[in-house]
Amino acid sequence: MAENPQKPDPAARPLSPHLTIYSWAPTMIVSITHRITGVGLSVGTLILAWWLVAISNGPEVYQDFYAVMATPLGLLVLFGFTWALAFHLLNGIRHLAWDLGHGFKKETARLTALSVIGLSLLIAAALAALIWTGHGGYLQ
Amino acid sequence: MSSLQTPLHKVQGLGASHSGTGHFWHERVTSLALVPLTLWFFFVAVGLAGASEAAAVGFLSHPLNAILMAAFVFTTLYHVKLGLQVVIDDYVHAAGSRILLLLLVLLAVLATGAFALFALIRIAGQS
Repeated sequence: MAENPQKPDPAARPLSPHLTIYSWAPTMIVSITHRITGVGLSVGTLILAWWLVAISNGPEVYQDFYAVMATPLGLLVLFGFTWALAFHLLNGIRHLAWDLGHGFKKETARLTALSVIGLSLLIAAALAALIWTGHGGYLQ
Repeated sequence: MSSLQTPLHKVQGLGASHSGTGHFWHERVTSLALVPLTLWFFFVAVGLAGASEAAAVGFLSHPLNAILMAAFVFTTLYHVKLGLQVVIDDYVHAAGSRILLLLLVLLAVLATGAFALFALIRIAGQS
């Protein structure tokens, strides 16, 4: 078969730009972080179930769970899940607002994205500070 | 060109996923329910951080708290199942791997729920 003289060079075809060509905007960061925190929190449900199982198994088993969570790594993981849950909750509300048709303007979406980042960090820090300063454990 | 869809497929209106907007809708409903439940969970998590095992049992064996914790756990697990399905559908294109992963997620969610349910029943029985 003869070579088509008009066959375009595949490399010269206009392709839609790859994701890496865009400069990062807050809306993009929050969008992918919503998914990442969602997957992370899915794994976190295992710790939630472990916590309930530990409580149901008596003081010794609960102490073991507590000892693991009180290590620096344990505290870091718990802080991470606290922030992830706060983030997913706040951005989830943002998504529900979108589903109702609110907040689609470019400036609004940008402002709410930045608010979700700031507020989620604030909530996680505030909850950690409450526990750190001995204000947790009030459900005696 | 005439449509390749069968009349039955057309009248069912469920599209390629065979579930229509059901998945989308369930994801929204669970997320709305999880807004107050998650706020309550934050209150409980901080309130039981540093508390004794007896305090945790005392709190979670109260019927209202047990029911709210069960609601939080199971609404979360269903939301997890729906959410991970979206991620798998987006990134795993080979049908075999996708179906296997979806089944694994379902199994993991059901197993986690079984452990949590048994624990909550056991805690309720300790009061």
